[in-house]
Amino acid sequence: MIEAIEAIPAQFIVIFVGFLAILAFVGLNAVLLVYLERKIAGFIHRRPGPYEVGPHGILQPIADGLKLVGKQIFTPTGADSYLFWLAPMISIAPALVCFIAIPFGPHLQIINTNVGLILILAFTGINVLALCIAGWTSQNKYSLLGAARDISQSVAYEIPLLITVLSVVFMTGTFNLFDIAAGQGAWPWQWYIVYQPLAFVLFFICVLAETNRAPFDLPEAESELTAGFHTEYSGMGFAMFFLAEYAYMVVASCIVAILFLGGFQGPIAPGVWWFLAKVYIVLLVMIWIRWTFPRVRFDQLLNICWKWLIPLAVLNLLITLAVIAL
Amino acid sequence: MAQENQDIKKYFADTTTDDPIVNLPPVQKILNVCRAMSLWPMTFGLACCAIEMMSFGMARFDAARYGAEVFRPSPRQSDLIIIAGTINHKMAPLVIRLYEQTPAPKWVIAMGNCAISGGPFVYKNQYGVVEGADKIIPVDVYLPGCPPRPEALLEGLFQIQKKITGRRWWPQPAQAQKSDKW
Repeated sequence: MIEAIEAIPAQFIVIFVGFLAILAFVGLNAVLLVYLERKIAGFIHRRPGPYEVGPHGILQPIADGLKLVGKQIFTPTGADSYLFWLAPMISIAPALVCFIAIPFGPHLQIINTNVGLILILAFTGINVLALCIAGWTSQNKYSLLGAARDISQSVAYEIPLLITVLSVVFMTGTFNLFDIAAGQGAWPWQWYIVYQPLAFVLFFICVLAETNRAPFDLPEAESELTAGFHTEYSGMGFAMFFLAEYAYMVVASCIVAILFLGGFQGPIAPGVWWFLAKVYIVLLVMIWIRWTFPRVRFDQLLNICWKWLIPLAVLNLLITLAVIAL
Repeated sequence: MAQENQDIKKYFADTTTDDPIVNLPPVQKILNVCRAMSLWPMTFGLACCAIEMMSFGMARFDAARYGAEVFRPSPRQSDLIIIAGTINHKMAPLVIRLYEQTPAPKWVIAMGNCAISGGPFVYKNQYGVVEGADKIIPVDVYLPGCPPRPEALLEGLFQIQKKITGRRWWPQPAQAQKSDKW
């Protein structure tokens, strides 16, 4: 028995344990974020939010989750049932892979790879495919329109996102997320947000658009598209899209924290706590923005991207290169 | 096409549902409590009662306290259909379709006098209004008023919760204590 366990390469065990930890982390984050989202929405509207289900409503996400498990699963007539049910899985799976390369602390990282940043950018791109499949196979006009919007939005916002990431990468000379975080100091004035304020703002706007968060949540705009690409999904299909959305939010906040806010660097307390605190501050700002700003129109959305974000991102990259060359 | 749409057919919604895959009493009991605590209503207003339905989710009345503020735009994701207003014969097929599109554990509140019985629109030889939502879909809770106040809709929500779980979860209005907090 022990020989059999010892025969397994250590790498496999690391990946297996890491994967379980990621699943737990994603699930826990989704529960916490659903609760925070609804509670903060309540506070912004000056109402208590979920309050009676458990003390201060803390059991609310669990009730929601179990209810969604017990909901009837439904495939629309005329839909391609394999692709229809594959789409939520394609949506959630890459989000889990992204967490592999993220350094949560100085000693807490599953795989320290040289291409961490590229890996995350590549795998988050797969989400677009999942939404495209979901919209296409639902046999529903709203789903199709939502998917079309999501694709044009994601493709447009991928460009400034990558260019702003490049400016940080040129500064540090590495794609390794651990090295990028370790290259920054413990104090806020040593973080890259001070050296690259414009890149931070552009990156944050692009992240909001890539994760389909308000004010850029056009793919699921309730007022005109029912529920966008997940109109036809009931029960767990819908829940998995939701889980994926929150997982991508967490991944995006992790990237923001690593690239611009010093990652696990911080005075006094251990690195993990600093990292989680920074991630949650970014997430809270995202929720705050959602409940403060109205949704933009679609032409406005693309105008912001092509007329402002891309030129500014290129400008930022050129300035960065000039400073590095000097 | 126009003639086709005006064809008034009186029929009742299809109420057949699949049996649950896991049908153990303790599991169903836990799931029923969860269902009662997260009844997501459908964003669907027919007439003026919908205004009261909106304030039901807003600051003073706040259905979020009982987990019912998530107004889902798609019937596939909603559990509670609030028939908020008058159902015309033209609207009746759409109400039936929305009811049939909602996946299985689903409940209906007939809100206001029009949805209960046709309300003020019932008179001899009237031809435009369905006299009660229960003529076309099964209704769980009837909520009188013209329109009912948002508190009444909250009470309707509690009655649905009582119907699902078999007990009343919150104090009766007479025993409730006033909170200065909100």
